[in-house]
Amino acid sequence: MTTAPASRRAARERPHVATGAEHHPDAPLSIHDMTVAYHRKPVIWDIDLDIPAGKLVGIVGPNGAGKSTLIKACLDLVPRASGRVLVYGRPYPEQRRRVAYVPQRETVDWEYPINALGLVTMGRYGQIGWFRPVTRRHRAAARAALERVGMQDYADRQISQLSGGQQQRVFLARALVQDADLYLMDEPFAGVDAATERAIVQVLRDLQAAGRTVLVVHHDLQTVPTYFDWVLLLNMRVVAFGPTAEVFTEDNLRKTYGGKLTLLDAAAQAMARAQR
Amino acid sequence: MTTLSPIPTDGPHVVHDTALNLGDVVDVLLLRDYNTMLVVLATVVLGLAAGAIGTFLLLRRRALMGDALSHAMLPGIAIAFMVMVAFGGSGKSMPGLLIGAAVTGLLGVAAVLAITRLTRLKDDAALGVVLSVFFGFGVALLGIVQDMPEGSPAGLASFIQGKTASIVRKDLWLILIVAGVVALMTVLLFKELALLCFDEAFASVQGWPVLTLDVMLLTLVTAVTVVGLQAVGLILIIALLIIPPAAARFWTERLGVMLALAALIGGLGGWIGASISALVPRLPAGAIIVIVVATIFVASMLFGARRGVVARLIVQARLGRTVRRQHLLRAIFEHVEAADAEDAEPIVVEATLVQERSWSRAALRRLLRWARRRHLLAAVGDGRWRVTDLGLTEAARVARNHRLWEIYLIHHADVAPSHVDRDADQIEHVLGPRLVRELERLLEPAHPAGTVPPSPHVIGPEGG
Repeated sequence: MTTAPASRRAARERPHVATGAEHHPDAPLSIHDMTVAYHRKPVIWDIDLDIPAGKLVGIVGPNGAGKSTLIKACLDLVPRASGRVLVYGRPYPEQRRRVAYVPQRETVDWEYPINALGLVTMGRYGQIGWFRPVTRRHRAAARAALERVGMQDYADRQISQLSGGQQQRVFLARALVQDADLYLMDEPFAGVDAATERAIVQVLRDLQAAGRTVLVVHHDLQTVPTYFDWVLLLNMRVVAFGPTAEVFTEDNLRKTYGGKLTLLDAAAQAMARAQR
Repeated sequence: MTTLSPIPTDGPHVVHDTALNLGDVVDVLLLRDYNTMLVVLATVVLGLAAGAIGTFLLLRRRALMGDALSHAMLPGIAIAFMVMVAFGGSGKSMPGLLIGAAVTGLLGVAAVLAITRLTRLKDDAALGVVLSVFFGFGVALLGIVQDMPEGSPAGLASFIQGKTASIVRKDLWLILIVAGVVALMTVLLFKELALLCFDEAFASVQGWPVLTLDVMLLTLVTAVTVVGLQAVGLILIIALLIIPPAAARFWTERLGVMLALAALIGGLGGWIGASISALVPRLPAGAIIVIVVATIFVASMLFGARRGVVARLIVQARLGRTVRRQHLLRAIFEHVEAADAEDAEPIVVEATLVQERSWSRAALRRLLRWARRRHLLAAVGDGRWRVTDLGLTEAARVARNHRLWEIYLIHHADVAPSHVDRDADQIEHVLGPRLVRELERLLEPAHPAGTVPPSPHVIGPEGG
């Protein structure tokens, strides 16, 4: 499933044009020739791939590899220097309802005056629409989402009084309540406790069982083979993309992480475990 | 009053000197005079609207943006005056002056945004530059206006400090309507602004036009600021926007309640400020309003039920006391356990207990007195205490919770037995009944209810 270098080069010579045959028309997320730059310094280059439907896809790569930027660029949160993004075959702005986003936990102020239920209800605001108040039906949906992440007992808790892992689960519930088809999650496993990690993994599996597609920025190489059936190895460019069993190899990891051998050791152990 | 305000006015009835008589005070506070009523009503609605929209300004972390906005309004007032005079008017049309104020105010905000976007300066620097330059420019223009032969510009200075008495009746209706609309819009946009202020990126992904929402917020703030200029003045209007929500935050963890409280505090400040200013014309309403809301702020900071300093200290003190009492009970249990004499009377000795933990003799005495009041211990004299049946039960309960928690940490959280006592110590005092039941459920088979499991580690002089 990795893009051949030749076709990518060809694609670069035709900017802003759909690359045609190699892209699946109904892929949940189809990224064409995307480059993102901050202050003229490119952060990610020539990303060109289709995320296949119904897969749990992990995005891994070293710090500064552009993992979060990739997700944000797909969601129009950072400007793209070039390229386009299709969600289920149509431009993303037309498909917002089908996409849910879990940002990094540090991006919001947890001292904000709201409780867990209120935060999750925010996931429904898009459906509720302008000026309309939140109704009982939406709060019930939010409660159900809290239950799916095991946080139903904390609905009335002010969000600053939740632990980091609980905050992460509430964030996840806010995305679940949107009932989307494609989920983009930015480091949901960062700094969480074991119970939260289990809860999130369960949610990911449930989503997959329901036919949803999930893209997760991930930092822990050891758990990649157990959590994700597809993996995107990213270091400013796509190093490898495909089923975990095929592309999560020592060779590809070395290409992704360069000389960081300690990480490779961790990965080697993980692969040994996965193959067992 | 007309001697103070060169702009002709049919404003409120006020007494002319500082010699107040009770009748006047009552008249003003009860809004008996129609003009006074109108002024007070306008200021109250202004305070309500400012407190409400200020809540979102504060949560959006744009508090200082409001300050730049109001200061940048001064040149607009002067320019509007000049333009109106140039076109043959008197220059005193209030809507004209306010439109001028809004235009340069928004220009100031645009300048701040431009500086932060186009350069690498941070927004505090940009705000400082814009605020002072626009204000200085305004002061210079006012100086020029004073020398113009046409018109009577003297009233313009009242925009800086605010003077409710200078408000003409038809302007009061303008204030009332604009502030009322702002308050209404704040309620209508509650959900949208709440989302914008909490998580801009998430709002954007949901399809909310974040930029439009920001512009709406800014427009509402501008509207309040513009109509508040005369009453409060452009230097102090920021206080009416920011202090009420900041004070309200100490009382609640809920946004809706915070918004209502902020509006209430703002309205109260407006009422008292305008009333006092009507009684003592030399006291500008803006200053009084700031003093009133600042008093409420300080009181809230200290005594606020949710986040106030005193409330936090009380919670901390209570926790500290509970912890010390539980430590005493556990020490008692360990003594009785170590003595291991079935039939002998359970006795603890003060001199031994004091070495158990790093507590002072005085602190231990206080704890022992507490235990006696609760009939957990009975003094037998000579620094010796007999543990009552009730005391034994309580001590066993505390020790059981402690040890269950230790066992949980060792088996379920991978904490080394040598560290477990310290870790257990930090958490167990805040274990609620629900968590204890959960622990018991988890550990029930091995440690049935009513028994105290043996300590998983050696009990040393500092531990246990």
